[in-house]
Amino acid sequence: MAWHKKILRVNLSKGTCESEPLNLKWAGKYIGQRGLGTKYLSEEIDPKVDPLSPENKLIIATGPLTGTAAATGGRWSVICKGPLTGAIAASNSGGYFGAELKFAGWDMIIIEGRSDKPVYLFVQDDKAQLLPADDLWGQDVWETEEALLARHQDPQIKVAAIGKAGEIGCMYACVVNDKHRAAGRSGVGAVMGSKNLKAIAVRGTQGVPVANPAEFMAATTEAKKVLAEDAVTGQGLPAMGTQVIMNVMNELGGLPAHNHRDVQFDGASKIGAEAMILPRPDGSTNLVKNQACFGCTIACGRISKISPEHFTVKNSGKEWGASGGLEYESAWAFGADTGVDDLDALTYVNFLCNMHGMDTISFGATVAAAMELFEIGAITTKETGGIELKFGSAEALVEMALLVGRGEGFGLDIGLGSKRLCEKYSKPEVAMVVKGQEFPAYDPRAMQGMALGYATSNRGACHLRGYTVSAEVFGVPVKMEPSATEGKAEITMAFQNATSVVDSAGICSFATFAWTLEDVQKQLNADLEGDWSLERLLETGERIWNLERQFNLSAGLTKADDTLPARLLKDAAKTGPAKGKVAELGKMLPEYYELRGWTPDGVPTNATLDRLAL
Amino acid sequence: MQRSLQIDPEKCTACMQCELACSYQATESFNPSQSRIKVFMFHETARFVPYTCTQCAEAWCMKACPVDAIQVNAETGAKEVIDSLCVGCKVCTIACPFGTINYSQSTGKVVKCDLCGGDPECVKACPTDAITYVDADWTGLDKMRAWAAKTDSQSGAQA
Amino acid sequence: MKHVIIGAGPAGVIAAETLRAADARAEITLIGDEPEPPYSRMAIPYVLSGIIDETGTYLRKDEGYFDNLGVEVVQGRVEKVNPGKCSVTVNGGNVNYDRLLIASGSRAVKPPISGLDLPGIHHCWTLEDSRGISDLAKEGAKVVLMGAGFIGCIILESLVARGVELTVVEMGDRMVPRMMNRSAGNMIRRWCEKKGVTVFTSTRGDGVEQAGTELKVTLSNGKAINADLVVVATGVAPNIEFLEGSGVKTDTGILVDQYLESSVPGIYAAGDVAEGFDFSTGARTVQAIQPTAADHARAAALNMTGIKTPFRGSLGMNVLDTLGLVSTSFGLWNGVGGGERAEVIDEENFRYVSLEFDEDQLVGAITLGHTDHVGVLRGLIQTGTHLGAWKQRLMADPTRVMEAYLAATQV
Repeated sequence: MAWHKKILRVNLSKGTCESEPLNLKWAGKYIGQRGLGTKYLSEEIDPKVDPLSPENKLIIATGPLTGTAAATGGRWSVICKGPLTGAIAASNSGGYFGAELKFAGWDMIIIEGRSDKPVYLFVQDDKAQLLPADDLWGQDVWETEEALLARHQDPQIKVAAIGKAGEIGCMYACVVNDKHRAAGRSGVGAVMGSKNLKAIAVRGTQGVPVANPAEFMAATTEAKKVLAEDAVTGQGLPAMGTQVIMNVMNELGGLPAHNHRDVQFDGASKIGAEAMILPRPDGSTNLVKNQACFGCTIACGRISKISPEHFTVKNSGKEWGASGGLEYESAWAFGADTGVDDLDALTYVNFLCNMHGMDTISFGATVAAAMELFEIGAITTKETGGIELKFGSAEALVEMALLVGRGEGFGLDIGLGSKRLCEKYSKPEVAMVVKGQEFPAYDPRAMQGMALGYATSNRGACHLRGYTVSAEVFGVPVKMEPSATEGKAEITMAFQNATSVVDSAGICSFATFAWTLEDVQKQLNADLEGDWSLERLLETGERIWNLERQFNLSAGLTKADDTLPARLLKDAAKTGPAKGKVAELGKMLPEYYELRGWTPDGVPTNATLDRLAL
Repeated sequence: MQRSLQIDPEKCTACMQCELACSYQATESFNPSQSRIKVFMFHETARFVPYTCTQCAEAWCMKACPVDAIQVNAETGAKEVIDSLCVGCKVCTIACPFGTINYSQSTGKVVKCDLCGGDPECVKACPTDAITYVDADWTGLDKMRAWAAKTDSQSGAQA
Repeated sequence: MKHVIIGAGPAGVIAAETLRAADARAEITLIGDEPEPPYSRMAIPYVLSGIIDETGTYLRKDEGYFDNLGVEVVQGRVEKVNPGKCSVTVNGGNVNYDRLLIASGSRAVKPPISGLDLPGIHHCWTLEDSRGISDLAKEGAKVVLMGAGFIGCIILESLVARGVELTVVEMGDRMVPRMMNRSAGNMIRRWCEKKGVTVFTSTRGDGVEQAGTELKVTLSNGKAINADLVVVATGVAPNIEFLEGSGVKTDTGILVDQYLESSVPGIYAAGDVAEGFDFSTGARTVQAIQPTAADHARAAALNMTGIKTPFRGSLGMNVLDTLGLVSTSFGLWNGVGGGERAEVIDEENFRYVSLEFDEDQLVGAITLGHTDHVGVLRGLIQTGTHLGAWKQRLMADPTRVMEAYLAATQV
């Protein structure tokens, strides 16, 4: 049934790998992946620990649908206390790694302590061992993967690794798997690096059983049909990827630009989906193909190739094949936010982020913040090492990516993330962050629901914790007026709860463009033992959200952290449909707390905790 | 008319639903390592190539089997492994120049594509029609067949 | 047209089937000298380990198969071939032929060691041999296996499966010296030792003598081992004695041309007894392997019916399962002058791959611990595929051979 009922516990300080039973009682209350990983973390660490200390733990978790035939069932998460935020971090990735881990017979890996020397974890079905990684330390993610496949003589091995960014403690270092999929946000790669763990290589041949095979096949077949017949998941995403949003958001005046000083970007059409398929003079296009993650029948992933004539390729002095290309958030962060409209340059920076293990959103947004610091004179070429760090400079952007990737020069400052960078240069107001984490690509002044979603997201600014854009822009599941604040507390909470379920189940939130929670429920119910009703799922989603909230409160976060930068609260949007609007968080937050069953200070009441059995 | 699998790598997105479906058909669990169709990924050229037995006329595996454990299904034309006869000697695995019949350590037998008795699960699971089941005359497998002929140590019959 | 086939092993049976497919009206006689229906020696180890019973070794399982095929099966030992009269002498009489295929196979040979005629000493070549081994190889019995070549190693597996206390004696400096290089052969040895088998390499048996109820085997390394059973698997030789005076030219085996025809027109040879062209070297050799027997048989049969079918040479290759460690070797596994070798070795986990290149073509390979897609090594070697840029990638990671093949042929 969905689980192998087995956890791999790796103690890096002792150098041990041990098997222990999965706590099925907890799995029954938190589903898996994000929810269950957070439960384990909450039970096993003091939320006050220094995220980069050996006392923090790194949990690699699959969901009950991971590795099954459920469409999008390739998801897995990295859970730990995040160094960027000091809050709970649960970063979700796709690719093939998560399913392979499940096939190896493990539902979860809990990594604790710190190794004296660089090591990697090699999991081959039941056999798990820590092996020296001295020769891999300093190698990029792609080199590491190639080396491990050759060393263990198996091209089917799947690898999740950190690059140099994670090794040197870049605050938004991520864990990259399958070359261009990442557990991206909150600095989970820095935690892995702090433990001297370079990579996890996995090979599994045990498969995943499900509780009710016939019912499960029927449910997943039906759910795949739903995805295929939906305009977004059946046509839009496979053809255009998430990048299809770029122009939409720009027209809506919700495309943050120049470190959120603007809400529209002149170059938007040059860096979006349409630009990716625009033929170059030689007839080639930036977009080569779409690629799915494991089990995904949507296949929104972009695979791109930079023109060999582009300055980035010429300057690099080597050939570049195709690789994971631009997703909307990345294109926005590298492009609109920094004012750069050179698509191939953005693609190159994307490759570098994947190779060196940097979160694309936080990297791009931090460069944007640095550009503003440069513009206002808070930093000069003295700090940047002679680089003219100006908005719109593709060369400067690329140089920053190279410096962070190598851990050199001003790259070390850029690696701090916006919050710490701006504090260092005494301009904290320039940092566009919530709880220390950079915003993604939706300006809340144009979508009020996102203002509340960002402010209350348990892992800092994030679009994936409650994507009200869905209702406010795409009308899914209901059309809501983006500029209104009425009803946004309720929809934000509903989205947050539902997403907690999806993120804990082993599937992708993109499926919910077409799937209702009922579609998910049918698959989970056949996958798992016991009765998983819709009501139980909804309650579980709420329980997970509150568990994360409790972790954050215990870590020392308060209501004061549920806010947005002054720029978004006070500086009105200058152009577009939302011109004159600010983020009206104050109108929504108290209602949200109340709906959540929290005190006016944002603390879950005892009644709420009891109701959710927390 | 007999039909065969036609594979169009251009359409493949590497979602692995074919491997899941194939392994489910064989084991009632989801286990790509037991799948008889395998998707190979070429990162730098963004090519994803589903690959399995073409039921080639040369039937290297069948002819190399010392115990007659590989036989032609008269209805589908598939070369099928008869589990009760296979002793696990693996000679077929080195004889097949395409590498599409493999030894399974867990069962002690060899496994290969049997076209699911004429209703291939991989075809039904493929969301992009990268794998289709078509009249044998229509498959784009000529390329592979030509290669098969090239492997043939007999350079062709000359009547 | 009347076809006579000497030998009812795989080559003989496949030839008979090919003849029938090509000529519905031909008369076909298949002569075998063992009492059982045509069976596969390759399957004998699986009888010993209990996976199948004797009927599982039969080449064709259906009752009346050969009758239905219109093939007359004769049991008897051919004493003589009379090319002048187009006949063979068997069971005291003569059988005439228009075309003759000699597929008489090979037999196990004894090394020049004293005492090998004692009871308790067996080859493992025929079903009759296997019965003798079964009687003695009981759980806990002490067994000495002389010869760790291909056949020895196949038997090794089944002996261990029977729970015997096993000692292996091999003259070469490693196990399976004719199909494995030093790295791979020694890895197999270590594997066997890890599984509790005692292995002596670079060691010969000097003699066997009776010691009470047991046999005492004296080795060239000075050791002496007591045994309940000695299995001799030191080599095989083609069965060609009956050709003496026939005019059919032989060297190690029957020399055949590219049509599998011997020096005497109308007389063909196939399988273990045939010394035909080797794909890799272009020279003639006796390969004595199943795939070659099958290839020979088909080509020879077609030529016998008049369908000219030149044979480009068979590729030497083997696959072996030594106590669960699967190994393969193909072609020029020891490389060619001026060629390059790509090699990865994982001593701890018993995994190994070596590829031998001539320019950008694969000419030989060895694998250990790999079971997926190994056949493609044959494909790449035998088609002479130019690997281009993938050659360098294989030099860096020789396990990517399936991808190299697909890149070269499908992408």
